[in-house]
Amino acid sequence: MYRRSFKDTKSSLGSPNPNFSKPMVALRFLRALSLVRCSGPGARSPSYRARGIRRAAYACMAASAGPRRAWSRALLRKIRRRPGRGLRRPRAVIRRRRPVGGGDPLEVALRRLVPGGGCMEYCRLLEEAADYVKCLAMQVRLMQTIVDSASHVNSID
Amino acid sequence: MSARRSRSRQAGAGRITDEQIDDLMSKLQAILPEARLGRNDRVSAAKVLQEACSYIRSLHREMDDLSERLSELLSTTEMSSAQAAVVRSLLM
Repeated sequence: MYRRSFKDTKSSLGSPNPNFSKPMVALRFLRALSLVRCSGPGARSPSYRARGIRRAAYACMAASAGPRRAWSRALLRKIRRRPGRGLRRPRAVIRRRRPVGGGDPLEVALRRLVPGGGCMEYCRLLEEAADYVKCLAMQVRLMQTIVDSASHVNSID
Repeated sequence: MSARRSRSRQAGAGRITDEQIDDLMSKLQAILPEARLGRNDRVSAAKVLQEACSYIRSLHREMDDLSERLSELLSTTEMSSAQAAVVRSLLM
């Protein structure tokens, strides 16, 4: 199953990542979904559950993309950050300030939309944006598939 | 020959050429759905950036919407049967 989907992972932007094949992402997401449900579906409001599902979706997407990508690292950092946690590991990487102070409004907008896009070189930003869009589109398609299947199951019963 | 001034400021170790930027732009353009940019080969960089931003925003909205629908569906469906249906559809 993994070998058959290996060609899906070939991208022109980098070496193929075997973790990021459609069935793998789907299984990871389904596992996360079942965890969201187990944390008290009756007691929580639907909007809380929806936020949990969205967080799980972004986390699975980032985890499947792997640590090679700056956007996936930034996304995981944002998701895993819990308020009130004071411990911060000293980072080996020196974080750069935003190099362009708002020269091109389109570039600024893209930097805001791509996770971790604030401190990148322009070339890196374009690369990361393309990869991010690709993974985002795949995650959306996956969730659409799940919604369609679940609706189908519902209509049968 | 000469890199754009605003880009060469960020060059750091190496000089970023226009060719590199054009190459990355075309790769980004290839990712975007055809309906947004048309079949035109020569699309301006500004147009690519604009469509990329708008596409990302629409994908974020879709993620929110699908999360809402999923949360509604999960409250009514048996998870195991939904999982089975999904796995079946993905393997086909």
